[in-house]
Amino acid sequence: MIHFVLLISRQGKVRLTKWYSPYTQKERTKVLRELSGVILTRGPKLCNFVEWRGYKVVYKRYASLYFCMCIDHEDNELEILEIIHHYVEILDRYFGSVCELDLIFNFHKAYYILDELLIAGELQESSKKTVARLIAAQDSLVEAAKEQRSSISNIIAQATK
Amino acid sequence: MAGGVFSSYYSSSSSIMETLFQRTLEDLIKGLRLQLIGESAFVSKAIEEIRREVKSTDPHTKSTALQKLSYLASLHFHDMSWAAFHVVEVMSSSRFFHKRIGYHAASLSFHDDTPVLLLITNQLRKDLASTNEFEVSLALECLSRISTPDLARDLTPEIFTLLSTTKILVRKKAISVVLRVFAKYPDAVRVCFKRLVENLDSSDPQILAAVVGVFCELASQDPGSYLPLAPEFYRILIDSKNNWVLIKVLKIFAKLAPLEPRLAKRVVEPICDHMRRTGAKSLMFECIRTVVSSFSEYESAVKLAVVKIRELLVDDDPNLKYLGLQALSVIAPKHLWAVLENKEVVIKWLSDEDPNIKLESLRLVMTMVSESNVVEISRVLVNFSLKSGPGFCNEILGSILFTCSRNVYEMIIDFDWYVSLLGEMSRIPHCQKGVEIENQLIDIGMRVKDVRPELLRVARDLLIDPALLGNPFLHRILAAAAWVSGEYVEFSRNPFELIEALLQPRTNLLPLSVRAVYIHSAFKVLIFCLHSYILQSESITSSFSDNLVLGVSELVLKRNMLEGSDLTTCEAPSAHRSEGFNPRNQSYEDLSIENGGDRTINDGQTSTRAFSEKNIFTYESIINLINQVELALGPLTGSHDAELLERTRHILCFIELIKGEITECLVQKGKTLESEEMKASKIIKLMSDAFSEELGPVSVSAQQRVPIPEGLVLKENLDDLETICADIQVPPSNLFSLGSPYYGEEVGVSPFGLQNKEESEPSNEATFLLTEHRKLHGLYYLASEKNEIVGNDYPPANEPKLQDNPKNDTEDLVKLTVQSLATNKKPNHAKTRPVVVKLDEGDLVTITAKRPETKDDLVSGAVREVLLGSDTRTATSQSNPSDKSSSKRKGKEKLNVDRSELKENLGDSETPKQENPSSRKNKHRTIGKERRHNSPGKIGKEREENGQKGKQKSSHRHARHKARHRADAPLNVVSQTPVIPDFLL
Repeated sequence: MIHFVLLISRQGKVRLTKWYSPYTQKERTKVLRELSGVILTRGPKLCNFVEWRGYKVVYKRYASLYFCMCIDHEDNELEILEIIHHYVEILDRYFGSVCELDLIFNFHKAYYILDELLIAGELQESSKKTVARLIAAQDSLVEAAKEQRSSISNIIAQATK
Repeated sequence: MAGGVFSSYYSSSSSIMETLFQRTLEDLIKGLRLQLIGESAFVSKAIEEIRREVKSTDPHTKSTALQKLSYLASLHFHDMSWAAFHVVEVMSSSRFFHKRIGYHAASLSFHDDTPVLLLITNQLRKDLASTNEFEVSLALECLSRISTPDLARDLTPEIFTLLSTTKILVRKKAISVVLRVFAKYPDAVRVCFKRLVENLDSSDPQILAAVVGVFCELASQDPGSYLPLAPEFYRILIDSKNNWVLIKVLKIFAKLAPLEPRLAKRVVEPICDHMRRTGAKSLMFECIRTVVSSFSEYESAVKLAVVKIRELLVDDDPNLKYLGLQALSVIAPKHLWAVLENKEVVIKWLSDEDPNIKLESLRLVMTMVSESNVVEISRVLVNFSLKSGPGFCNEILGSILFTCSRNVYEMIIDFDWYVSLLGEMSRIPHCQKGVEIENQLIDIGMRVKDVRPELLRVARDLLIDPALLGNPFLHRILAAAAWVSGEYVEFSRNPFELIEALLQPRTNLLPLSVRAVYIHSAFKVLIFCLHSYILQSESITSSFSDNLVLGVSELVLKRNMLEGSDLTTCEAPSAHRSEGFNPRNQSYEDLSIENGGDRTINDGQTSTRAFSEKNIFTYESIINLINQVELALGPLTGSHDAELLERTRHILCFIELIKGEITECLVQKGKTLESEEMKASKIIKLMSDAFSEELGPVSVSAQQRVPIPEGLVLKENLDDLETICADIQVPPSNLFSLGSPYYGEEVGVSPFGLQNKEESEPSNEATFLLTEHRKLHGLYYLASEKNEIVGNDYPPANEPKLQDNPKNDTEDLVKLTVQSLATNKKPNHAKTRPVVVKLDEGDLVTITAKRPETKDDLVSGAVREVLLGSDTRTATSQSNPSDKSSSKRKGKEKLNVDRSELKENLGDSETPKQENPSSRKNKHRTIGKERRHNSPGKIGKEREENGQKGKQKSSHRHARHKARHRADAPLNVVSQTPVIPDFLL
């Protein structure tokens, strides 16, 4: 299973973290520090796998972002690379040629998309189309609510309640 | 910040202000990117703001604040546990938009100890039963992340329902979440397992992927329990076209196959088919890995896998290279030919640019090492390490050291070579393996007698090189070299050179602990020189001959005899120790003088090699030596390190003691000495005897073998010891704190030697303290005679000569040590492998395998119960009790039936459930029922779910359902049995 997903920029800035196994906040910081030290220093033409504390970390760089997933020793590294690629494609489709800024300003959306892709550390949806459809459906739910909310009268009604 | 002031003044209308002027998440992110005040300052201001906003009554303000907080928590690792209650509030919002923020925050920040976890059970339950599938998804995702035993238990019924919902989106999530629920609440297996199994039949690829994923995880914890499901997995392996699913199924078979050879036989062919056919590298690699890890006895499959591995190895993609190497190292232990076949490629990747690939290929190279090629491969690798960077260089050295020392150096035949290799490794500039090399140098010295001359040479070469002293990584090695030079000084050609090396000025670069070893070793060498000198002059005077070599050879001979165990039968060393020392020396001397001539020839090799050229122990040289030692050590008497000071004092006091008489001795040289048995020479002999005790390896379990004396009462509460220890001023920890166990031994022996020396005058300070202590705390001491035994015999416990003495009052202990030492007494032949003293390793293997987690046990226990539980019933109804899989299949068929039944009911049973406030109570009741069903001896488990569902239905339906169910069951069994039996039988 996947223990966590990290998106780290080339400069070492964290863009997304998702933990499927329990880690305390302290451990999370430590993991990030250690792994960004290991991964960001690796050259471009090396293999995408790093052994780390009895686990394996599979990472792949897309533009300025490193997508990293930590898996168990028996897990299939190539499969994880495919999952990473899958995620990137979905992001790309959703944002329309995704860039780091998209993820910076829409960090929550990146999460929601990831949540449709993975659950409990396992891949749950291998169809890009389905994920796109589900995300769109949820977006429309939210939009409807927003519209209703942002009407001035509503704000005033809320405030004077 | 203005908002802050505002709200504190107008707290009543703060809500409006906050609503209108609240920063959104985007504002926060932008602000964070543009801030000029420093990130942490900005974040703490933002947090302050959030703290205020999150208390707002307006759900939108609250949720936005929470969203911002989640952002800071997940990317800036800011603590958000304080907001746990607000998270719960936002989760319970009726709006999806807010709810989603709440759930996201919960799965981000909640953990098992979050107190508010108790509050969310109802909320989760409500959302799990929601008609909005996105809300259900949120709850499931959250549950997968924060599941606790309580939550898992309380929500099991909801999960159970979702496992067969028609909404694919929800069902696949529920399936994945089941794994976490099982892990926290194993009893859930009894409720949900059947439905989980049903999903293996699903035609939806996502459902199938999810459920296979769950079984893959479950099977990795306890494969045995899932053997009955093998037919299902086999079907998927054959039918599925989905690579995600196939990879998981292969993983399951990799776990199951070793348990059931017939199964392995059956699936190996399909796996090979996949390996041949697939174009996906991930699937191909999974096939390879499955074959090499679990099907290594199927020759053809392995051959195919090796062909495919070869393809990976020569691929340009570094990922495939790496995985190919990994696959090879999995198969290496069983099929070394696969590695040898790819030898060139493997060695080629040793110089790859990727450190991970280099490391893998190094591991593989090490698997190829054998007795015959160890010299050659080590040579290549050492040369290679000279060219590599520090990291990889040490990896190489580490693996050479590890491989060569494995199983008490079983791979090494030529120890002279290995010892000089160790010396060579120490000189490699990047070498950081000091501790390991140190251990091995000393270990080999103690275990392999024949290698000692060479070992001494290596040690000497290391010691006399002043350049090495500056490298802190080598200090441990130098400590070992110093120890070797002191312990095996008799093989030295020139002991003066050793003393000089040990006392050279640059030794002040060494850490104090190592320096102490240096000084102590210098002491040993000094004693050796003095003793040789005295023996020599004695032999001159007693025999009036000029045969100086005899004196020396005699010494060597004496040493040899001490070491050899055959001569020791007649000598009881402890008896000697209590009596005077002269008789013993005399007896040896007599013996050696008697047959000195032949012996010299016999031992010619060692003795002549040691001092063949000429006698080097002249009066001048000895005096020089003493002066030199005094000069070098003088400044150290002011040292603040206890260990160093102690050693220095020992050696200086000793010199003080003998100096005068040595001079006299020379004055009287040539006169008869019988009248003036000199004190000095006596002392020197004494010391020399003390140092000539050979140190051997000690079995790890040696101490355990000492029987506990009768009547020994160990107080349960050892806290008392603290009060006792508190009033002792002796700093034993300081004295004996040297890191390596070998030091422990060495240090342990030297006070023993001193004790010997001063046995005649027991008013030694230490002894005094000890007796005082004994008087005070007699309770903690062993009975007095036993105590003596322990005290006397601890150091020689590993000394072979003790073992053969039946008259010794330490008989028991000796017997034990005989058991613990497998000393080979056969004479060593020139060209064969020298004897390596081994302790019986069998006794050391006491580490029991780590027990799997109890939770896992419970899960698999429950699974077995569910899968096999129906057996009992089958036995009565079907008379084919042994066929597990058929009974399994039977259960499943029934499930299929009642699933269709349930689907019929879904419309009328599920929907009203949400609205009905009493439904929860209802469900609780059913859980209770389930539990009762679970108790052993109850009827088959497959009825449980019917029972549970049934409770929620009208009674006549229930009855009908049951009736139909019963009617169907036997029919299915009959029709299904012929399908599987050949599979597992």
